[in-house]
Amino acid sequence: MASDVPSPSPAPSSHPLAPAPYFVRRQTAETGDTNTLVLAPMDGGPVPPALPGQFNMLYVFGVGEAAISLSGDPTDSTQVVHTVRNAGRITAALAQLPPGKAVGVRGPYGRGWPVDAAAGRDVVLMAGGLGLPPLRPVLYHFLSHRAQYGRIEVVYGARTPKDLVYYDQIQEWRQRSDLRFQVTVDAADRSWYGDVGLVTARIPDVRFEPGNTIAFLCGPEIMMKYAARDLEARGIPRSSIWISMERNMKCAVGICGHCQFGPEFVCRDGPVFRYDVVRDWLAAREI
Amino acid sequence: MSGDPHGRPEPEAPLRVADHPFFIGLDPQLTREASRLAKERRFDTGEMLVRDGDPAHWFYLVFHGKVALEVATAEKPHLTIQTVGPGEVLGWSWLVPPYLWRFDARALKPTQVLAIDGTEFRQTLANHPEQGYRFLVRLLPILAQRLENTQIQLLDIHGL
Repeated sequence: MASDVPSPSPAPSSHPLAPAPYFVRRQTAETGDTNTLVLAPMDGGPVPPALPGQFNMLYVFGVGEAAISLSGDPTDSTQVVHTVRNAGRITAALAQLPPGKAVGVRGPYGRGWPVDAAAGRDVVLMAGGLGLPPLRPVLYHFLSHRAQYGRIEVVYGARTPKDLVYYDQIQEWRQRSDLRFQVTVDAADRSWYGDVGLVTARIPDVRFEPGNTIAFLCGPEIMMKYAARDLEARGIPRSSIWISMERNMKCAVGICGHCQFGPEFVCRDGPVFRYDVVRDWLAAREI
Repeated sequence: MSGDPHGRPEPEAPLRVADHPFFIGLDPQLTREASRLAKERRFDTGEMLVRDGDPAHWFYLVFHGKVALEVATAEKPHLTIQTVGPGEVLGWSWLVPPYLWRFDARALKPTQVLAIDGTEFRQTLANHPEQGYRFLVRLLPILAQRLENTQIQLLDIHGL
């Protein structure tokens, strides 16, 4: 891997596979099938420091464990925030947990977005669907260290307006003068006055200095593939494009191999990868 | 501020075909011909630019505003499938028989366009095949990109 990849934080638990007890502080519906959970340690202590782009393993006792990206402010040491789509048995159980209920948490794991490599450069963040939550911590970071970065351009696409997460916060971000936040949806009814079209179709309208820009992409793999191609065509080198991969993770510490992607383990070597490192594997079938 | 002694606002500069990104770099004679066939039009929010099934006599160079392209389905009478904004071209049905619009187009905000008579412009392209070829070469990547976008939309990437 490239030398500018942030090193993963050590797992906080005494045993890497032992979850720490947390409780649900708050649960908010984002869309019809997606909730944001705010979790805090049962012992009242601080949460382990995490890098933007890392993930936790969330354990619903008696049901199972799922890898979920951190999606909150990385400087908040009192709680962790996860935005979860109800897409299976474990995430359905997570969505039903009321405030106060216990959850096992282990992590953070993996390698995050290379925020240091972005210093002094223009930044393009592109998110498709539930790709925005893993990018939100890096946006918090950029905004809290705003002077260190050049232009910040965010492009976020979802299937319909009802599928947009963080709707109110996006309205606030769109009011900022030091950030350009574009939103588009694939289809809409007449109540929507925003842009309609693929998230990748917005790329010609994204403003950056090609030779001095870093791009972070998160979303469906096919969206990242086309977005990377189009950003490259606009002059951003492959080595300056980073993507966040999603695979079925079990151990989260590079032992079990469930998340193997070519020669990489997504849990240990990712989930954030430099595009040129994984590009050929993305093109391979059934990897 | 206006320089008019009576305080009237200065008239806005007229829109020019040559300033639209689609025509920048195209043959000057073709641009002049398009200019001759162009009429400036303004649409208020909610106003229809075109209606599905109507004859496609015109195409539009969008300079300001935003236009929704809508299709009707049994469940959704007004489904927006794309928006078109400044610098983009609305409508290619004037080039393809039977020259009928295949969608509705509605202004989402006050919109300023140059409407170009597609029926006459089509004849110009036919009368000057070399320029017509260059025009189509300019057009083809746009259509190819839209086809690719449609293919990706059909994949319903957010549901994968």
